Amino acid sequence: MFLTFLHNAINFSTVFLFGSTGETLTEKSGHLNLGIPGTMCVGALGGVVGEYLYIKSLSDVSEMTYGGAVIVPIIFALLFAGFMGLLYSIMTVTLRCNQNVTGLTITTFGVGLANFIGSSIDNSYFSVASNKFFNKGFVSGTDLNWFETLFLSYGTLVYLAIALAIIAAVVLKKTRVGLSLRAVGENPATADATGINVIAYKYAFTIIGSAIAGLGGLFYIMGYVGGSWQYAIDAFGWLAVALVIFSVWKPDLGIIGAIVFGALYIVPNYINVGTKSYIKEIINMLPFLVTILVLIVTSLINKRETQPPASLGLSYFREER
Amino acid sequence: MKKPVAIELKNITKTFGEVVANKNVNLTVYRGEILSVLGENGCGKTTLMNMISGIYFPDEGEIFVNGEPVMIRSPKDAFAYKIGMIHQHFKLVDVFTAADNIILGEKMPVYSVTEETKKIKEKMEKELADVSDEKKKKIQAKYLAKIGALPFIKLGKAFKFGHLTKNRAKVLQQIADQYGFEIDLSKKIYDMSVSEKQTVEIIKVLYRGADILILDEPTAVLTPQEIKKLFDVLRKMRESGKSIIIITHKLNEVMEISDRVAVLRKGEHIATVETKKTNEKELTEMMVGKKIDLNIERPEPVDPKPRLEIKNLTIMNKEGGKAVDDVSFVINGGEILGIAGISGNGQKELLEGIAGLQKTESGDIIFHNPKKNKPVTFFHKTLKQIKEMAKQGFFHYPDGKKVDLTGMKKKEIEKLVNEEQILFYEDEIIDLKHKTPLEIRELGIKLSFVPEDRLNMGLVGNMSIVDNMLLKSYRKGKSIFVNRKKPKILADEIIDELEVVTPSDMTPVRKLSGGNVQKVLVGREISSSPKVLMAAYPVRGLDINSSYLIYNLLNQQKQKNVAVIFVGEDLDVLMALCDRILVICSGRVSGIVEGKKAKKEELGLLMTKTEE
Repeated sequence: MFLTFLHNAINFSTVFLFGSTGETLTEKSGHLNLGIPGTMCVGALGGVVGEYLYIKSLSDVSEMTYGGAVIVPIIFALLFAGFMGLLYSIMTVTLRCNQNVTGLTITTFGVGLANFIGSSIDNSYFSVASNKFFNKGFVSGTDLNWFETLFLSYGTLVYLAIALAIIAAVVLKKTRVGLSLRAVGENPATADATGINVIAYKYAFTIIGSAIAGLGGLFYIMGYVGGSWQYAIDAFGWLAVALVIFSVWKPDLGIIGAIVFGALYIVPNYINVGTKSYIKEIINMLPFLVTILVLIVTSLINKRETQPPASLGLSYFREER
Repeated sequence: MKKPVAIELKNITKTFGEVVANKNVNLTVYRGEILSVLGENGCGKTTLMNMISGIYFPDEGEIFVNGEPVMIRSPKDAFAYKIGMIHQHFKLVDVFTAADNIILGEKMPVYSVTEETKKIKEKMEKELADVSDEKKKKIQAKYLAKIGALPFIKLGKAFKFGHLTKNRAKVLQQIADQYGFEIDLSKKIYDMSVSEKQTVEIIKVLYRGADILILDEPTAVLTPQEIKKLFDVLRKMRESGKSIIIITHKLNEVMEISDRVAVLRKGEHIATVETKKTNEKELTEMMVGKKIDLNIERPEPVDPKPRLEIKNLTIMNKEGGKAVDDVSFVINGGEILGIAGISGNGQKELLEGIAGLQKTESGDIIFHNPKKNKPVTFFHKTLKQIKEMAKQGFFHYPDGKKVDLTGMKKKEIEKLVNEEQILFYEDEIIDLKHKTPLEIRELGIKLSFVPEDRLNMGLVGNMSIVDNMLLKSYRKGKSIFVNRKKPKILADEIIDELEVVTPSDMTPVRKLSGGNVQKVLVGREISSSPKVLMAAYPVRGLDINSSYLIYNLLNQQKQKNVAVIFVGEDLDVLMALCDRILVICSGRVSGIVEGKKAKKEELGLLMTKTEE
């Protein structure tokens, strides 16, 4: 019982983890991308479109292979979501629009577009792709031991999410690129004066971040719910943004945070609430409550390391004095 | 023996809009010397240096590094020519350690995959030359794997995993030891003192291999001990053949550290002299120039009585140093008190402290609210209490002189009182310390402040002239809706009287030109008929006509018995306009001079007077 709960929590956490890893990378470059919920929707849309095109190109469904059924949608999701990131960067980096407004616009646009197209795409064989390929773990079956259940039975995207989070953490902490990226987010004028290409960094990491976040939407549709289009992706997008704060801008902490969020989200399914359905709603609210708590605690501690990047949300213009 | 030339500027001109920041400047810096660039505020010192370090690009003229003409378009280019600048406002990332800040943005040697592939192929062919066919395949496979790995190695090099911890500590420590820096490289910047931050900046520049170092006002924020240490380091650098340019306005430091001095005045290069062959007086003369007659009116002060008394005022700055240090002075009603000084020496903090915008550390701000005199009556006061009151200056004779009651007997005093020989000195005395601007206003004190930063502190740029008038009076409104009638009348009056050029009174203030913005602000501040008017750089950026209009307004206020404080930067104007000039230097009052008797050289010396 508990084992399946944990398994499902980790499985579900992937949606948040992609979103928060992507958003962390973007925020480290000094850009608060509130377009993440919309970007995740568009990522899902991209995946669905990719899957549709792939299945359409086959003469028979049985010809479906791993490479086609998983890799093609992933590439499409990355491209679609990355495009949203590009749109956001053009507006906030080059045109220096207000980041919050731009982000919200991207979200509104992305959610509407994705739901409009996504819900009308023919998804007749998506469940096959989902069951046979997306959710195929190293081991499968019903009689798994605890180790296999917890560590080996997930689909590709779950491992990819955790791997990306770890890579992002290492890059931020241990590498020159990470150092430069953090400098750009903290103090772009300083970074500029030391010869770092601030604009390039902002573009690159906003786009990379958006692309990664898009995979979260893809996983929710093709992995978690098994191929049918859902309208709830943007809600998880907001949780992913909250998770960035929860994990104090550390992708490695984000893994644990995502699992906590995932667990909180699915826990109502595991307790018997009877007719009192409002209890479910209250528990669903917990991730936000926890995020507020984390914000309170981090500002009480008032340590510089737990604060957001100093120039988060501010446009950078070299000639401004 | 002549030293080789490190950098040479020829006919450099730079303009910002219509303002000429530098005009035909020629400057030469030799290897192994320290050159001071000396000048008043706004004379173009920093602009000139910014052109060498790639922040600005000159409009005209040429820069030569080691005898060759160069184009410095960005800080990156400057690094390439081994020029490093240490800015007055440090460019450091607060949450990083010193070491991280130093290696930030450092260029790595280029790693080319195609070239590496060539090298490996060559190696392979050598090995393949004398082996059997069977082995050949194995070797080929081995080398192909190596070539295949190259893009990944390139990626790794670009990210430089692990590099941050390995080499840098040794290299950085070496630099620190060579020049005698004391620094903890793993300390975070936000934990550091100003002096430590400066050290990090200097090591950063040296780590990048700079041969020409530019320091912008390096001593402004340091204690005397730290300055001594810095100078020791600079001397060591000079010995190792580096060229150092230091921008400063402190004469004693110029004399102490530099080999030669270049003097700039109003964007022009006046002269470059050898430090040994000159003295402080000569340099001051070059710096401030001759007196110009400006023809600004200076009416005689009207009924000068103390209005505002500042006693031992100390205000801290953000860094925890003293921005205003033990300042005491008195401003009379009906006079203009000028405050002269290089900007950033505490003028801003002083005015904001008086206006209640800055927290004061210690000291008193005492305001004398003028009222009419009235006869003294003592009710149940003891003789001791009466004498105590007299000491505090509550009584005066009808002719205005203060009463000294020491040694008088009670009967004598009573007689004086009955004959109305002593009047109650009815100026209400209010301590403004620790009061917010709103509290000050609620006390009925009319204190007006024209801040330096007009569009951020004085007015709201996106609001119309009328709405900006409203800002000072909306609290008086009783309805929940805003009543724009009175502010509109006031706005129209100001537009009329001060000849503000604007399409309408509903135009957003930010769309007006600088002079008109200033007229709106000053007009509003004057409209409340203040008792004290403080104006910080009110004519900065204004053309001559607007400036004269502002001077006239200040004079009008003076004649209405307002105490006017005028912070200015042009000494000629200060000398022509003000009754008294208070000179401030490093947050301390270095002298108060009568406006009529003031000499420019004297003011210049006072402005740059630092404690020995």
